[in-house]
Amino acid sequence: MNYVGIDIGSTAAKTIVFNGEKVIASFVMPTGWSSKETAARIKGQLESLGFNVASADIKTIATGYGRISVEYADMVLTEITCHGKGGYHLFSQDGVIIDVGGQDTKVITIKHGTVSNFLMNDKCSAGTGKFIEIMANRLAVDIDELFSLAEGGTPIPISSMCTVFAESEIISHIGAGQPKTDLAAGIVQSVVSRVALLVERHDIKGICILTGGLSHNQYFRKQLGKKLGREVHTHDLGKYAGALGAALIAADKFKH
Amino acid sequence: MLNLPENFKSYSEARQEGFIRLKGLKESGKKVVGVFCSYTPTELILAADAVPVGLCGASEDPISYAEKTLPKNLCPLIKSSYGFAASDTCPYFYFSDLVVGETTCNGKKKMFEWMNEIKPTHVMQLPPGRTSGTALATWHSEMQRLKDVLSRTLQVEITDDNLRQAIHLKNRERKAILDFYDIGCLKPTPLSGYEINTLIDSNTFLFDTEEKIAILEKRTAELREDYEKNFKGKSSRPRILITGCPTGGVREKIIRRIEELGANIVGFENCSGPREQKDMVDENKDPLLALAEKYLRVNCSVMSPNPQRIEAMDEMIENYQVDGVIEVILQACHTFAIESSRIKKFVTEQKHLPYLCLETDYSQGDTGQIDTRISAFLEIIT
Repeated sequence: MNYVGIDIGSTAAKTIVFNGEKVIASFVMPTGWSSKETAARIKGQLESLGFNVASADIKTIATGYGRISVEYADMVLTEITCHGKGGYHLFSQDGVIIDVGGQDTKVITIKHGTVSNFLMNDKCSAGTGKFIEIMANRLAVDIDELFSLAEGGTPIPISSMCTVFAESEIISHIGAGQPKTDLAAGIVQSVVSRVALLVERHDIKGICILTGGLSHNQYFRKQLGKKLGREVHTHDLGKYAGALGAALIAADKFKH
Repeated sequence: MLNLPENFKSYSEARQEGFIRLKGLKESGKKVVGVFCSYTPTELILAADAVPVGLCGASEDPISYAEKTLPKNLCPLIKSSYGFAASDTCPYFYFSDLVVGETTCNGKKKMFEWMNEIKPTHVMQLPPGRTSGTALATWHSEMQRLKDVLSRTLQVEITDDNLRQAIHLKNRERKAILDFYDIGCLKPTPLSGYEINTLIDSNTFLFDTEEKIAILEKRTAELREDYEKNFKGKSSRPRILITGCPTGGVREKIIRRIEELGANIVGFENCSGPREQKDMVDENKDPLLALAEKYLRVNCSVMSPNPQRIEAMDEMIENYQVDGVIEVILQACHTFAIESSRIKKFVTEQKHLPYLCLETDYSQGDTGQIDTRISAFLEIIT
């Protein structure tokens, strides 16, 4: 029996195949404009790897904001539960999981291995991956370049709480001839502050884990740790935490 | 899944039917007083032989109209209330001879200044807390002032006798409402929170208190029977207590969704619940003083400090056998938003129950995110 976890986020769709003991396949693709189409592409990709989701010995759980578009899923769960499960699995310790996603930032408290509390950012995109994406666009660089620029800069404070206003603020800084590196550092700092604010609303006991699309970024991890005054941990499978959690829950639910 | 009775009437149907009824009453010479809040001593309005009616403030429709005058970043309830009045789309406002408001929150009291330009709006000066030595005396004199305003505006004499009768009648109504709420204590509950919320809000459009009492008593008896026959001994879905701001404007996107996503709302620790009703007016005291005492005890977050709300919540969590608490904060409602951290602390640390806070307005823009938060919360409980 194999267990498939599919996490369709606003930006990226992550898939994990778990055989009950270990992860045997994983892949990520851009979500694109249609979650339904993405779900179909994932199905195709799984088939090409030899996993037929329609067969009786594969169980699938879908999560993420596109979860309802995965018609072949045996069950759907929210990304909170799945990230909690996946994040806990990666470190086997209670604590706080910080997931900076494309449109949502979630902070999840894990107690006794399960989700005990969670917070998500407000409706607006400040403090999410979307904010960085928009600002990188404005600086005409990609996201990775924005982080490398930031490393060499002194942050210019960006005070606007709203992405749209922050963009205007950046434009006026560009107009004033501020160096790109300082702007990039300011942009990252702004996201770090917003995320830290959400984290500090939790009573942090135990380890701090960063998952999601920014978890491979060491600069972001370090800055967030500095702001929180504690070490922030990441894992190679960090961006798959939601999909991994979904696959693990599928194994718990359907294994017998 | 929503468990609603066959003859269930939606809020908008009840609101619609109320128009005709009120028009008839007006034509027969009855005076109408529009009200908004649990702090309004409706006994005085009844004693003036007038009809108190809850004014509309639960729809997104008139908000853009209100924003011509009021700031965008204001509580949707205040904007909606004013918008209905200003755009002349609430027949209840149209029929009102007088509107009574209170200085509850800053947003409301400043909005009433604008409302007064459309229709005479009497604003009672509610003390900001109960602890000062003058709070009760101030509120007592506000009762007297309202009595005078009603007498003058409606050209009636309000006698002590009439007032005592009105107090007795309202206490009987409170008792009927409380018995209805008590159904939520049954496990599993035969009563949907959506029905509680709808019925209580719709009842304001019935203008005969005896009729309201009869409807509530009948429904309560039906539900008791339904429980014995069809629910007793069966398993229960997660039991949710709602707290925070009034939920009339988010009935579809929050109240309905919580139950459709697999839980039961068993009680409301807000204006749609026993907050006001559980506390009777003392029938043995001087009526104006008794009203002042009773209405000063309403434990809305506008009161500072407000430990009574925590006490009420404690009691409800126990009586209703609650599995989780969901707090609804309307955008820019500062008093409830600030108090929410205290509520969260109490619920999670003292009662060891999960707590979720949903901050929202009347728009549909965040329904996806709200669904995700509710689903995730229910996944924690189950």
